Amino acid sequence: MTTVNDNSSEYITNSSSSSSAGLKSLITVIILICVCISGFISRLFSIIRFESVIHEFDPWFNYRSTVYMTDNGFYNFLNWFDDLAWYPLGRIVGGTVFPGLMVTSGAIHWFFHMINIPIHIREICVFLAPIFSGLTALATYLLTKELWSKRAGLFAAAFIAIAPGYSSRSVAGSYDNEAIAIFALIFTYYLWIRSIKTGSIFWSSCTALSYFYMVSAWGGYVFIINLIPVHVGFLLLLGRYSLRLYVSYSIFYILGLILSMQIPFVGFQPVRTSEHMIAAGIFILLQAYTFFDYLYNKLRYVRNIETIFFNLSVIISIIVFAIVVLLTYTGYIAPWSGRFYSLWDTSYAAKHIPIIINLHLLICLYPVGAWFCVKDLNDERVFILLYAVFASYFAGVMIRLMLTLTPCVCILAAIALSKTLDYYADAESSEMVSNYDDSVSICDEVENDENNQYLDNNAQNIDETDDNDDDQNFLTSNIKIIVVTCIAMMLLLFIVHCTWITATAYSSPSIVLVSYNSDGTRAIVDDYREAYYWLRQNTPEKARIMSWWDYGYQIAGMSNRTVLVDNNTWNNSHIALVGKAMASNETEAYKIMTMLDVDYILVIFGGVIGFSGDDINKFLWMVRIAEGEHPKDIKENNYFNDNKEYRVDKSGSPILFNCLMYKLCYYRFGELYTDSAQPSGFDRTRSVEIGHKNFDLEHVEEAYTSANWIVRIYRVKKLSNRFQAKDALEKLTSSLSEESFEKNDGKGVILNKPHVKKGTKKSMRRT
Amino acid sequence: MTQVGQVVGILRKLNEEYQSSTPKKLKLIDAYLVYVLLTGIVQFAYCLLVGTFPFNSFLSGFISTVGCFVLAASLRIQLNKANQITFNVSPERAFADFVFAHIILHLVVVNFIG
Repeated sequence: MTTVNDNSSEYITNSSSSSSAGLKSLITVIILICVCISGFISRLFSIIRFESVIHEFDPWFNYRSTVYMTDNGFYNFLNWFDDLAWYPLGRIVGGTVFPGLMVTSGAIHWFFHMINIPIHIREICVFLAPIFSGLTALATYLLTKELWSKRAGLFAAAFIAIAPGYSSRSVAGSYDNEAIAIFALIFTYYLWIRSIKTGSIFWSSCTALSYFYMVSAWGGYVFIINLIPVHVGFLLLLGRYSLRLYVSYSIFYILGLILSMQIPFVGFQPVRTSEHMIAAGIFILLQAYTFFDYLYNKLRYVRNIETIFFNLSVIISIIVFAIVVLLTYTGYIAPWSGRFYSLWDTSYAAKHIPIIINLHLLICLYPVGAWFCVKDLNDERVFILLYAVFASYFAGVMIRLMLTLTPCVCILAAIALSKTLDYYADAESSEMVSNYDDSVSICDEVENDENNQYLDNNAQNIDETDDNDDDQNFLTSNIKIIVVTCIAMMLLLFIVHCTWITATAYSSPSIVLVSYNSDGTRAIVDDYREAYYWLRQNTPEKARIMSWWDYGYQIAGMSNRTVLVDNNTWNNSHIALVGKAMASNETEAYKIMTMLDVDYILVIFGGVIGFSGDDINKFLWMVRIAEGEHPKDIKENNYFNDNKEYRVDKSGSPILFNCLMYKLCYYRFGELYTDSAQPSGFDRTRSVEIGHKNFDLEHVEEAYTSANWIVRIYRVKKLSNRFQAKDALEKLTSSLSEESFEKNDGKGVILNKPHVKKGTKKSMRRT
Repeated sequence: MTQVGQVVGILRKLNEEYQSSTPKKLKLIDAYLVYVLLTGIVQFAYCLLVGTFPFNSFLSGFISTVGCFVLAASLRIQLNKANQITFNVSPERAFADFVFAHIILHLVVVNFIG
């Protein structure tokens, strides 16, 4: 009888535990789907408010390259020489771009067209970042699951899906490298942790393949190729060496090395620059260490073998280090390149880091999670701690790298939360469970784990809860309810904050502006696209446009015209030439423009609607850059007034009033009344009445001004036939007038007489 | 002199120990490792003598030897019965992973060799 009962109870236990396992995995899948959907939706604000359009500046170049690739094929894209940019120099796109983003969109486009869904490439480009944010959440779940537990994984996925630090760079329309790079980063780290844990050749090869994807996607791949060797080094130092470590790192390094050199932009850098030398050094060190370990195991009985090996390993590491230093000194290995060098300069640090805005609640849980990892240390948790330390340092130095810190913060915060809920969310009796029926959706994970434990209790799988019972005897159910409710409220506030920040601060497409009328209605300011389309439809195909470099990508992308300088900023002298043209008077500027073959000039002017990102506000930068290359012709001080201020009103400097930028921005502005209470020509951005009105342009003529005067386009005129004659007659008549006749004692006057500047004798120069 | 004698003695003992305790399969892999190592040394010496042009071909060949060495060493480690505790793979799985990694390695090498 008893055996039958045992069998049946065992049968019940088995089926209940298998069904509870099934229930767990079902709930996990549902939660992950909800996380992906919420991550996708929270990035769609700008699409809903405006339309599906590519944002900002850099994404326009990526979009144009992707369009080129889908039209002309992959090999033509790799070999593309762009003659529409940087006229007359051109740009070798294949060798100066990270192709991962374009290839990803192109592959999705090709797949959809293959199954006969005719989706436009623009839609794919706009929505790529939100889709990849869902994949990033999945990768974060997998990584945290390897580091801690499934529950922590679910929390981490939920956090990374909505964290503003990540969504700021991956809203719909922000078609930039970071959209896929963060996914590749987390996924590579997940595969790395997996290969360390299993020591399998398969996982190491997969890590190398994922690293290859990351190298094709973003220049931040240097972070991976430095963090993983540092992790290996730390494990060696902590005495956690194992053969799994050898297998995983060696295979990852060697496959990753040769894969990373397939990207043309990276080229031979992995064997030639200092940024990649740590990885090589650790590789050699690991080979030597393993070999010695093998010998040591064979020679265990020999006396003093430990000291011999220790000395040998120290000598070999010194030799390797000396070789690397020698190679760097002789120039064979390039030293740290400029942009990485600046990362070591702590004085470069940002004055304030927008931590609260980007991370809110997570930044409080982040050190707690790190502490829990330190307490229960194993190989994987050493990695996440190193990631945390280095990412925190780099985010402090350069604010853009906040993006790489965000996943780490999400993971560690999830670990802290999970460990807390281990104590407080543990259901001991059925009364606890019924109190959670009306809990809010963020408590889903909590509640479902409760349900699981309730089921476990009923299935008489008591072992786990028995242990917890002993630990948490002092925690009554009231305290647990209070704590869990408080945590749930904090998480709710976190969600509200994230959504609000993403909606207000990070969802502006920059190409379409919004202003609100006095009665609250919205006025869309679409001047940029209006002007770019005018250029596209009303200028000859080979027309050359001169503008400041900010707008280069947008002009090339939307107007499809040749530009002189764009956001790639690889040629400072060329940019300085454009700056000099903008800062000189009209005649000098005309010489530069004829030399550069310019047909149209485009300036951005915000004075009519009060837009502060216009070219007059950027003008001093143009002057500074031009002064760097042409210090004799352009001096920044000439553009300040007598009080050393930069002003455009009556007190402004006359050189400023005569320069091309001022004239192009304020042409005919003196006739306009922007504000009924103010005189004509009132600049609403600078809040002053301009000083120099009612002038004429000599060498350019106005071609187009957009509806709110934001974009102004001018055509460069050819030289008129009788250029000198008119001036010469005037000068002659003025010189023949009475006063000048008497001044020169009746001798007449030579036009354009050169004046000799007398130099000092050598002997006098010493005094 | 005694130190040299000591080292020679150690080496001889090492050789005896190696011959006796290593199974045939692993000795085969060791022979392959030595061969790959010699190939790598020859390639590097050639590069030092003749020069690095074309650099991508040299890198491709050299990394191919290093990769083969590392992969064979990993296979040997995983097949060694003494390491059964640290690795949880069957010999067939180890060999399948080895082949997978080699396919990737040689595809990239052929692409890079120019």
